[in-house]
Amino acid sequence: MSSYSITEPSKRQKWFAGVLVVGYAVITLLPLLWILATGFKSSPDSIAYPPKVLFEPSLEGYVNLFTTQTRQTQEYMAANPPTTWYEQIVREKGMVIAGPSRFGERFLNSVIIGFGSTFLSVFLGTLAAYAFSRYRIPLKDDLLFFILSTRMMPPIAVAIPIFLMFRSLGLSDTHAGMILLYTAVNLSLSVWLLKGFIDEIPREYEEAALIDGYTRFQAFYKVVLPQAATGIASTAIFCLIFAWNEYAFAVLLTSGTAQTAPPFIPTIIGVGGQDWPAVAAGATIFLVPVMVFTILLRKHLLRGITFGAVRK
Amino acid sequence: MSETAMERAAKATPPKVARRIKGLSDKAIAWIFVAPTIILLLAVNIFPLIWTIRLSFTNFRANRPNADVQWLGLRNYERILTDSDIWITMQATAHFLVWTIVFQVLIGFTLAWLINRKFKGNDLWTTIIVLPMMLSPAVVGNFWTFLYQPQIGLFNYAVAFLTGADPSGFSMIGDVSLAPWSIVIVDTWMWTPFVMLICLAGLRSIPDSIYEAAECDRASKWRQFWTITVPMVLPFLMLAVLFRGIENFKMFDLVVQLTGGGPGSTTELTSINLKREAFEKWRTGYASAYAIILFVTVFGLASIYVKALNKVKER
Repeated sequence: MSSYSITEPSKRQKWFAGVLVVGYAVITLLPLLWILATGFKSSPDSIAYPPKVLFEPSLEGYVNLFTTQTRQTQEYMAANPPTTWYEQIVREKGMVIAGPSRFGERFLNSVIIGFGSTFLSVFLGTLAAYAFSRYRIPLKDDLLFFILSTRMMPPIAVAIPIFLMFRSLGLSDTHAGMILLYTAVNLSLSVWLLKGFIDEIPREYEEAALIDGYTRFQAFYKVVLPQAATGIASTAIFCLIFAWNEYAFAVLLTSGTAQTAPPFIPTIIGVGGQDWPAVAAGATIFLVPVMVFTILLRKHLLRGITFGAVRK
Repeated sequence: MSETAMERAAKATPPKVARRIKGLSDKAIAWIFVAPTIILLLAVNIFPLIWTIRLSFTNFRANRPNADVQWLGLRNYERILTDSDIWITMQATAHFLVWTIVFQVLIGFTLAWLINRKFKGNDLWTTIIVLPMMLSPAVVGNFWTFLYQPQIGLFNYAVAFLTGADPSGFSMIGDVSLAPWSIVIVDTWMWTPFVMLICLAGLRSIPDSIYEAAECDRASKWRQFWTITVPMVLPFLMLAVLFRGIENFKMFDLVVQLTGGGPGSTTELTSINLKREAFEKWRTGYASAYAIILFVTVFGLASIYVKALNKVKER
């Protein structure tokens, strides 16, 4: 847009718009900053009234999140020297350890299941998207719609038979089972998004490669894949974010070994109720990667969240 | 959206030269590439769906898989459609749907319209506004219960600070009349940016020349807004509503963590009700019928809506 356009908003309009938007952004940001701050509060500070904006930073929340010790008696403390750096801090500062936490394991599960399913859904999605983009496939439009419609089902609606199916296949509460499930859920997004990206790569590139004596397959991975790299990367991040945040299947189909962080974080209990500093610490660690990705993804955001239905 | 030249090119037949090249035939490659996706979706989506349909005609209970299973025909469906409790959850869901969409459309469109004024630093603030929707609804819902605490929560404190009310005098998630609004507020906080982004794309798709022409015709700003801006953004806005509608109809994680359906059953949306039937009461057959009814409802409403959307787009 040229800056001489007569439709360009006036300075005052811009200022007014800026103030309102910044105001809304601040309201949006407040709960997030509160999570961040609560993670560094001591237990009494976290539930102080009026809510404490200024406080003495404490690592109690983070320690409680990662400790493997239970609440300790004097005798126990004397008999067992601290084994990790954070337990040493706890001893020195006389902090309260609420109980053994499994956050580390749950976080690792999120990483394994998130990355595993992302890899698979992007891999399968790229192949399918390429085929849908370049070849004549019978009932192509119907197949594409079918793929999209799998996202319309409430997760609970298919959870019952998947629960039964996983139980009889020995897949319940396993990493493999969850990876497979999330791959299937993410495939619709992956195929639709990648098809959009691949459609934009001119076919002439492949045709030139074919004339040069490449096989179709070589043309695919030597010409198309490098061209689609950005699209593949952003699709991967969207798949990862979905698997990372998923809760319904996780809470219904996992209970121990393969439980991811979202069902776990709300169950962090301290002395008499939720241990808010620990919950906030867990939430912070868990939310930060997604926030970073969001900032990196700005350009592709709209496409990713709308399955490519809207392009910026 | 409209078909680009690229899409048309993509639909054309592959060039003849390809078929003469050695290696796998195009048809074989196409099938090898598409098959894994289709097979996986059939196994994890369609097969379970068919299984759900079959279970919905029985009185099967997943916690007692060896008990005698009886074929009930349509009795489960009959019971659900005549159950008054289910109509109450439907009402709670409708309340949630209507208000979240109203707020998100109003605030989202306004924000997009303001951001489109292109003030300094609008990209940065847009990114900040967008953050909540990328987060885990369950974790966010859980943390909002903390913000909503009457004695210690930031939300009550802020409301009290602004209105002078007693912060411990009301509990957003404990009060029967406030609880439905507590979930509307969090959902609006999380998902307004989604509507905003789509509206922004819509606003940016309007060519400046249209406004310039209107300006030449001496059309007032108000008139320009209603005859150019709104109709041009409407298809985008309707798409946003479709996505939000489908997502909120199956809303589960956020509300489970926030209110758990309570107090009483004031915020018991259909998904939560369904989970209770299936995984707490273990009435698997009954819950399956319920799931099918919900799926058909979403699918039906979405199809009707998409028809309307296409009509708007054609104008």
